[in-house]
Amino acid sequence: MTATTLTESGTIRTREICRHYTMGTSIIRAVDGISFSVQGGEFIALLGSSGSGKSSLLNLIAGLDRPTAGDVQVDGRSLADLSSEELARYRRHSVGIVFQAFNLVPSMTVAENVELPLRLAETERRERTNRVRDALDRVGLSQRLAHRPGELSGGEQQRVALARALVNSPRILLADEPTGNLDSHTGMEIMDLIRDCNRRLGMTVLLVTHERALAEPHAGRLLFLADGKLVADRPNPPRPGESGEGQ
Amino acid sequence: MKTPDLLELAARNLRESVLRNSLTTLGIGVGVASLVAMLSLGVGLQQLATRRLERTGLFDTVMVTRRDFGGFAARGRSAAAADNSRTLDENARREISSLPGVLEAVPDLRMMTQMRFDDKPHRAMVAAIPMSARDREAFENIQGSFFSSSSAAEAIVQKRFAEELLGRAPGMDETSNPGGPSPTLQPLLGKELVMYYAERVPAANLPNGKPGIPGTSSTPSRPSKATTAPAPANGTEAGADTMLSAFSVVPHTRSLRMVGIVADDPDTLRGLGRARVFIPLDFAQGLQIILPSDLRDGGGISDRSYTQLSVRVRNSRDVPRVEDSIHRMGFSAFSVLDASRNLQRFFTVLDLFLGIFGSLALAVASLGIVNTLVMAILERRREIGILKALGASDSDVKKLFFAEAGAMGIVGGMLGVTMGWMIGKVINAATNIYLHRQNLPSETFWSVPWWLVLGALGFSLAVSLVSGLYPAARAAKLDPVKALRYE
Repeated sequence: MTATTLTESGTIRTREICRHYTMGTSIIRAVDGISFSVQGGEFIALLGSSGSGKSSLLNLIAGLDRPTAGDVQVDGRSLADLSSEELARYRRHSVGIVFQAFNLVPSMTVAENVELPLRLAETERRERTNRVRDALDRVGLSQRLAHRPGELSGGEQQRVALARALVNSPRILLADEPTGNLDSHTGMEIMDLIRDCNRRLGMTVLLVTHERALAEPHAGRLLFLADGKLVADRPNPPRPGESGEGQ
Repeated sequence: MKTPDLLELAARNLRESVLRNSLTTLGIGVGVASLVAMLSLGVGLQQLATRRLERTGLFDTVMVTRRDFGGFAARGRSAAAADNSRTLDENARREISSLPGVLEAVPDLRMMTQMRFDDKPHRAMVAAIPMSARDREAFENIQGSFFSSSSAAEAIVQKRFAEELLGRAPGMDETSNPGGPSPTLQPLLGKELVMYYAERVPAANLPNGKPGIPGTSSTPSRPSKATTAPAPANGTEAGADTMLSAFSVVPHTRSLRMVGIVADDPDTLRGLGRARVFIPLDFAQGLQIILPSDLRDGGGISDRSYTQLSVRVRNSRDVPRVEDSIHRMGFSAFSVLDASRNLQRFFTVLDLFLGIFGSLALAVASLGIVNTLVMAILERRREIGILKALGASDSDVKKLFFAEAGAMGIVGGMLGVTMGWMIGKVINAATNIYLHRQNLPSETFWSVPWWLVLGALGFSLAVSLVSGLYPAARAAKLDPVKALRYE
């Protein structure tokens, strides 16, 4: 494996970012003043127990949610300044998201699911076919184009979801518990694929997981969250015998 | 998202819940069908009424007289009007015929004369009619046939006159076919009717004693009233000019073959002046029959004038414009268009009410669209979340729901127009079966014009899109984070 090259593209910077919810009379501080920076091409693992605010933070970086306070900057551009339409464009072109529950459209075939972001990006029909095939080739599923998600195993479905996240060649890959619904062996395969995207394509990867053991072999940095706050930000040097990994 | 992709996704979504969407679409179809059936009935009735009225010749005809003519149009006019009065002659007729929108300008040739049939004399008003009168309502149920040509020596007789010729009491045959011709008058067809008439001959022709009209014969058997009539009708002294325009009256007879029997005079504007015998116009003009206007206006054979012209226009909408132009030419013009306008107003109101009743079903169907799409939002909540996570904007989601509503509207509209057309056809057929049993002629009560088809499709699409407004807005506003959490 080769070391990841850091780039200007795909940088993320959060500044005192907060996401508070009101529930009756109490305020839930899902994300509470988190600041950190990610360089382009880094592989970051967001670790923490359930309810620590990992997924909420990921949603804010993905542009799916807006912060109550603070700011997220991607490649120097503040997401808070973007309109709803611009935020949609940001999600379409700059980030790819992989979910724990795969979130494939069950009525569509594998190829159609992967093609969906290309339709939204108004890519020419002829070019779409090639890009769908390339993305599915990368995850080793080019033989299952016409299958529906219900006909695939959990691991295969997550590969399709990964191919869908990659098809628009985004600079950032956001993975929210991508192995949570998979057995450990399949989970490792998916993690290898994500690591491959980081190394070969130079994508910035933000991995949300509660399993430290899953993150450590791949991530270059570990961010620990608890009660919506960032409690530790540690580099994760490569272990002995894993030369070339990490930064 | 590009429109083809949007439509493809919309079609896919509609196929996913095919039964529910089909039922909603069928609901729209029924709504549109009721609208189309109601309006096509209204349009059909209006067309039927207009057709019948147009065939009476009342609404597309302008009556033209001289300004100083003491008829209904100019009664009580001042002497000033008489001063600028033009003569209604052949030049005027040609000028009026060439006005835009005018089909023909036909001189009113009618005279009271004597007829002989079976050696018995009968008095009758004879009217000359153009070949275009064939389409008039009065000739719709003609017994026998219309004139073979405009110059044929043929006659069509009115039913009462036919009864008189056969020596029957009037109305004897009415039980079999009220108002229409009777089969018992059939023997008259093909028989000859002799018409007595007075020909106007220019004074210069008199010494030869030849009127110069082929096929006519003077009547030596009758006491000759061939009075030379140097008739300077305007009362001026007989000078050289007046001698040139003088004419004489020569009595003649002419045999006419009876080819048809009709119930009424097609010119229903007339009261007591209704004709009982009709002859072709060109034939009548060739006879040079003397008319009352000849005695009034004087003039030679070359510049004879007419009492009245019937001007037929192409469309009743053109009547006011044509009337205006004729007024400007210096003649009096009269039409009964106002009655037609009232009729149009009545049918507009009728169509409006029928349209409102027809739209009620469509309004109910539109609630079905709202219901279906709101259900679709609940079912596809997660899918909408996925689309948004992948980069679909609020407007993309909104357009997708609009496309689905629009597709249901268009398909429902097409279905509805087809059903409405079929309903109309069935109603029309059933009504005609009933009419046929009542010995009444078939009619078309129903019409689906192109504007109604396109209007119904457009209306259906518009109603569907309006129905899609709320669901589309609701789907677009969906929070992707919550939508993705939805199980």
